[in-house]
Amino acid sequence: MEYIQQQFIQIFGTEWGSSLFSLTTNMMFILAIVVPLLLCVAYLTFAERKIIAYMQIRVGPNRVTFFGIPWLRGWGQPIADAVKAIMKEIVIPTGANKFLFILAPVLTIMPALAAWAVIPFSPELVLADINAGLLYILAMTSMGIYGIVIAGWASNSKYAFLGAMRSAAQVVSYELAMGFALVCVLMMSQSLNLGDIVNGQQGGSLLNWYLIPLFPMFLVYLISGVAETNRAPFDVAEGESEIVAGFHVDYSGMAFTVFFLAEYSNMILVAALTSIMFLGGWLPPIDMAPFTWIPGFVWLLLKIAFILFFFLWFRATFPRYRYDQIMRLGWKIFIPITLVWIVLLGVIMQLPESIRDSFPLNVWF
Amino acid sequence: MNFQDIIFYTFAAILVVSALGVITVRNPVYSALLLVVAFITCAGLWLLLEAEFLAITLVLVYVGAVMVLFLFVVMMLDINLDRLREGFWKWFPFGALIALIMVGEMSMVLMGRYFGLEEMPTPSPQDADYSNTRELGRLIYTDYVYAFELAAVLLLVAMVAAIALTLRHREDKKSPNPSKQIQVKKEDRLRIVAIPSEKKE
Repeated sequence: MEYIQQQFIQIFGTEWGSSLFSLTTNMMFILAIVVPLLLCVAYLTFAERKIIAYMQIRVGPNRVTFFGIPWLRGWGQPIADAVKAIMKEIVIPTGANKFLFILAPVLTIMPALAAWAVIPFSPELVLADINAGLLYILAMTSMGIYGIVIAGWASNSKYAFLGAMRSAAQVVSYELAMGFALVCVLMMSQSLNLGDIVNGQQGGSLLNWYLIPLFPMFLVYLISGVAETNRAPFDVAEGESEIVAGFHVDYSGMAFTVFFLAEYSNMILVAALTSIMFLGGWLPPIDMAPFTWIPGFVWLLLKIAFILFFFLWFRATFPRYRYDQIMRLGWKIFIPITLVWIVLLGVIMQLPESIRDSFPLNVWF
Repeated sequence: MNFQDIIFYTFAAILVVSALGVITVRNPVYSALLLVVAFITCAGLWLLLEAEFLAITLVLVYVGAVMVLFLFVVMMLDINLDRLREGFWKWFPFGALIALIMVGEMSMVLMGRYFGLEEMPTPSPQDADYSNTRELGRLIYTDYVYAFELAAVLLLVAMVAAIALTLRHREDKKSPNPSKQIQVKKEDRLRIVAIPSEKKE
């Protein structure tokens, strides 16, 4: 690293050399995050098809394999799907606004990938260790809605437009509950930095994770996360039984696949955030010998996989919500719960030490 | 010119062009989207000024919530451009006045040398663990707490007023009550009747 930096400084001069060097290294780090992420997305679709298949007593994809190896049957499926999507034609409807029609999928996947910049994978492994990390995440996830709204409008189709309207209203409503749930996490950890939030959950075992004192917030965050990513049972934006496929009804080929990629990378993002903020991130469940042998990075991946399983499980289990019920859940149930919890948490934090210590089973401090 | 200057001028150019686009583009949807671009580049400029909390809040509040609703409304309306231009000359003096005030303010900043602005010391760069958010929060809840609470109450009043204006109870409207629906038991709806089975003669 040092040597390469020296070379850069020699070629481009002192000031430009270090700037260009940090630009190049950051680009490489970004690639090192995004490429495995997209591979994970591909295999998440495979996992989804397999898991839902087994839940419905089917087998799922079991044909495509690599080099004819029999025990890898099905594992080639995501690659085959990707190749098929790339080869297909992107049909642009005559009445569509061409520029926005192509721009919409790009706008959907951009924030889904950009938010990964602040995710800490282990104490040192984070691309941008910024102080306002939690706010950055909120800002990025709130931008994902543009792609959907623009896609719905640019397609010039009633079904697509209805899907976009539904999705916009839904995402804006659930963002509030999500934000309030994160305010509770922020109050507990007293920091907006995601690394500090994980460090705040240190202390021996899983009893110190924010999952326990903030359990209602964990549920609110997880359910809002499902709603935010437009996944079943909140997928009215694409509800195929009423509005065909919602906002992406007119998309085909790679343009459709980009929406697909964005949805799944958003799912992984929500799972990662849930495990960082409520399940202790890279921390092992018990700070003892056999658990600490496994590196923190692996623990984070295990937690992400655990939360992702919930996403798939929900999809296989619950029927789709009716639209007015979605709005009711977001505005009339989640927001009051989170507001009450914020006030309660504030009161407990302001109590004098002596009273706080006299509580039995005190999980807050 | 170093790397940071190039970033600044790129952002500034995008900001100026998109801000001009907001008022010149004919299609209102493009106009709203250009405003989004303007907000995001503006947030980028604020980041260069080390105001990361304000920059991210700008994106979060204006781009993430306000502009989505704007776009929502603009897309739903079938906007007639001729009717939009009708009041142009009527409102022109008002707009010109605002433009004049803005020009005055900007010239005060740009020609700061003549107004003695240079006496203000340049803020010293903060070290890495300085948290913008923490300092802002401390100021809002100590020195400026009354102004802050006043603003909050004002927003709350506006919110209540907006809801009160649109809320109407209609007696003839039928709507389901989900909590009642959930509480329905089998016994409330279903009556099992024992009917003696018929016998063949």
